[in-house]
Formats: sequence, structure tokens, C-alpha cells
Amino acid sequence: MSSFTPVSALIGGLLIGSGASWLLLSLGRIAGISGIVAGLPFSRRIEFAWRAFFLLGLVTGAGLLYHFGGSFGVQAPISRIGFSAWELIISGLLVGYGTALGSGCTSGHGVCGLARRSPRSLVATVIFVLTGIVTASVLRHWLENWP
Amino acid sequence: MNPDEASPLERALLSTFGAGLIFGAGLALSAMTHPEKVLGFLDLGGQWDPSLLLVLGGATGIASVVFPLILRRKAPLLMPGFDLPSARRIDRRLLFGALLFGLGWGLSGYCPGPAIALLAALPSSGREALLFLPALLIGLWIERLISRARKDP
Repeated sequence: MSSFTPVSALIGGLLIGSGASWLLLSLGRIAGISGIVAGLPFSRRIEFAWRAFFLLGLVTGAGLLYHFGGSFGVQAPISRIGFSAWELIISGLLVGYGTALGSGCTSGHGVCGLARRSPRSLVATVIFVLTGIVTASVLRHWLENWP
Repeated sequence: MNPDEASPLERALLSTFGAGLIFGAGLALSAMTHPEKVLGFLDLGGQWDPSLLLVLGGATGIASVVFPLILRRKAPLLMPGFDLPSARRIDRRLLFGALLFGLGWGLSGYCPGPAIALLAALPSSGREALLFLPALLIGLWIERLISRARKDP
């Protein structure tokens, strides 16, 4: 169970949008994480380097908050008990294959695409949010009493 | 390092590192790296947590204001031109891809950005990323190989 945390959610969201805006202003690139990762092994020189440095920054930024963000209530997530390895692997395969096929994830379609008023991104975002809601709700409730 | 002496490449890499830093800090602050937080939004059957709506609202909100202003420029600050997605068609690849992504997201509560940011929590926690991320890469590259094979038979 998680509780509503409006202040950290809104400020965190503003930071995410600011990072994406800074990448667009400085390098002219879209901060779509699945696209950045997917392009990594097929890129050379600066196309490789900006992707790698963005991802390094991403991990560093999260790490700084985990270490020094205790006073704002930030904690590193605790690994879930009993969440199966198979579910993580199947989920990873679906997310990887799906974001490559659909050319984007929450950041590329959901944040940057909507900000660019892209009809493709709007359609994709509505579909993955609705599918995510149905999947999570069904798996965690309607199926919980299955044998 | 004196910024005046930095080469164009060094400036670009410092910039993209900074963009990632802010982005990653936002993911950690908003708790999007906690899969239970994400599932608390996606799962309508329990005690619903609307936090993710504010994260997406804040991120998309500020980007919606700033992006059009940036895109009025002829070029970004540190590169010769913008590199934006050019696809316009709403095709079966987009629809089916978003559907599969939603299935995976609803199953574990992870999307690509938070799963990568979670590496910062190793080794004390964040071990789920060590299973999720390799599977994500395999999924991405399987799709790449299939679509390449289809393009040049």
C-alpha cells in the first residue's frame, strides 16, 4: 500500500520535466529512456557518448537523493518479498519489446511526446496507462484468490 | 574544469550528464523507482494513490510550456540541429507496442527510466533491477533484430 504524497510527486515531476527540457535545449534530443537505451549499442562517438552520460547522470541523480534525501522523506526502495523472478523477467521482456515496437515509454511518449503535442504519443500514452491499470488491477485483486 | 576551456564535446557531455542528473533526482524524489508506488496508482482495486498523476502532470506540464519555446530556436545550444522523431502514422506497431508495454508495466510496476535509476540503490536494495533490466535489453534487441530482418529480407 502506498499513500498519497502530492508535494514530492509534483516537485519530482517538475524535475523530470526540467531534465528533459534541458536535454532538448542543450543537445536538441528527446529524453526518451527506452530510445536512449535501445540506440546505445548501435551508436558511435558522440551519439553513443551523450546517451551513456545521460544514463550515468540518471543513476547518479537518483543515488544522490537516496543518500542525502532522507530529510525530504526519500528512501531507496526496499526489494519486495515474494515478488517472483519470473514475473520480473516476463515484465522486462514485455516492457523492452513493447517500447521498442511502439517507439517509446513513459518518458518519450508520456512526457516529451505529450509536450510536443504528438498525436502518436497521446494515443500510445492512453493505451499503456489503460493497459497498465487493467493489468495491475486484475493481477492484484481479481486473481488473488486463485489456487 | 574551467567552462571556458571545455571543448564542445566536453560541454555536450557535461550537459547531458546534468540533464540525466536532474531527471534521476526527480524519479527518486517522486518515488517512481518504488514499484509499489507505481502499482498503487495503476491498481484501482486497493487504496488508490493518485501521486503518479501529479508526477506526470508536473513533468508534462513544465515540458509543455518550455518545449515550444525551445523549438522556436533554429538549433539547440550545443549541437548543429534538433533530432526529433519524424514518424506521424498511428500504425499497428505503435498500438501493439504500447499495449505490450502496458502489460509489462502493470505486472511489475517498472518502466525503463525508474528501473535504470534503481541501480543507484544497489547493493542494499534494488536487486529487482538486476533481473528486470537484462530482460528489458533482451526484449528491446529482439524487436530490433526482428524489424531489421523484415526490412531487408
